[in-house]
Amino acid sequence: MDIDLMLRVYPYFLEAAWVTIQLSVLTIILGLICGMLGAAGRLSRFALLRFLAAAYVSFFRGTPALIQIFLLYFGGPQVGIQLDAFEAGVIGLGVNIGAYMTETMRGAIISIDKGQIEAARTLGLSRFETFRKVTLPQALRLMIRPLGVNINAQIKGTALVAAISVVELTYTAQRYIGSTYKPFEMFLIAGILYLIIITASGKVISYLDRRVRLQ
Amino acid sequence: MTDPKPFVEIRHAQKSYGSLEVLKDISLTVQRGEIVAIIGPSGSGKSTLLRAINDLDPLTGGEIILDGVQVNKTLPHRQYEKHINGMRQQIGMVFQHFNLFPHLSVRDNVTMAPKLLKGISGKEADKLAEEQLTHVGMLERIDYYPSQLSGGQKQRVAIARALAMEPKLMLFDEATSALDPELVEEVNLVMKKLAEEHMTMIIVTHEMDFAASVCDRVLFMDQGVVVEEGPPGKIFKNPDMDRTKEFLRKHLAGSK
Repeated sequence: MDIDLMLRVYPYFLEAAWVTIQLSVLTIILGLICGMLGAAGRLSRFALLRFLAAAYVSFFRGTPALIQIFLLYFGGPQVGIQLDAFEAGVIGLGVNIGAYMTETMRGAIISIDKGQIEAARTLGLSRFETFRKVTLPQALRLMIRPLGVNINAQIKGTALVAAISVVELTYTAQRYIGSTYKPFEMFLIAGILYLIIITASGKVISYLDRRVRLQ
Repeated sequence: MTDPKPFVEIRHAQKSYGSLEVLKDISLTVQRGEIVAIIGPSGSGKSTLLRAINDLDPLTGGEIILDGVQVNKTLPHRQYEKHINGMRQQIGMVFQHFNLFPHLSVRDNVTMAPKLLKGISGKEADKLAEEQLTHVGMLERIDYYPSQLSGGQKQRVAIARALAMEPKLMLFDEATSALDPELVEEVNLVMKKLAEEHMTMIIVTHEMDFAASVCDRVLFMDQGVVVEEGPPGKIFKNPDMDRTKEFLRKHLAGSK
């Protein structure tokens, strides 16, 4: 293993790691938004919204994320959607993880004891007030850890956009292999940087989880 | 003596789940300050009837009237929601499994609804919590969380929470059924105290002794109908109907 080469080359990976972080943050934000809308849809009183949300979840969980990204990036222009690779990556991955987050959020919400909801309604709280004061504060505590699992998967999932030439970590590793012919070292650098990003995000999630528990 | 206009009036209450009829044309009136116990075997419809009074389990037919206002009005969704939330503020309910909010302190369990719905401020809310918790003997636990309380204590907090909305009517749905025997008494004492304060109460219970000592009237329900009703002395000592006798015989045998 050529450690000297790794030490010389890794600074060039840092910019790519930054792109991976940006991709992660943006897709997670988009995913959370999609997840909230999806969960609201899945739990709606209206059958049409429930159907649309269920269809969203089953499509995005039932097909490979790579196909979804290709569909958007290569197939998009055919139906008038012109996106650059980064935009297609963010939207494709964000909407994809949103389907998983929909189910995570829905699971946390429906696990709140129905008796408490009845108690709140009996006191005269509206459906929305009950959700805001009783269901949501408890569901949020329950959903942080499983959302952390979604987020962990998502950060690793950003590697997929290398396939549409977004210059993130995985793509950068492949590019340096082209000039160094040292795949082991190049992928190892990328792997270590992924590990650092994931470990840091895990710490943030544990911190949030502890904080909501203390409240 | 009795108020000519009943305080709570149930007219031809009917409820079915598909072809299963759980309430069959029940009519019932309760006077202001009256305490009514509903007894009967499980599946008799007694909890369903109680839960129909605040529309938690909506009827499929019939009317519920509280103090001259129909509770289960037919209204467009939005208007109905507004109407029923207003009605429910006047009807306190206590559940078998307490249903306290585990993420809130005892204080906040009691004040959450009044703060939100009556717009009372922090200081007033604290005073209200202290008053209501004193009433049920739980003041010293005001800053505890529900998980730190015994079943009896939880139920007393749940009663304080309901009372904090100053309801006109209190519904008790087997309030002591989930409690260990030694914890039943403390809850019964609180309910007795409410009775002495002339709170109108409808109590679904399995505790015949309690019903006999506190209630003005007892209803025996079976298979979705009121089989027999009368003062506790009559129902427990000398019921007319064979079904009532049979139930009491079995029930007393079971509890001995």
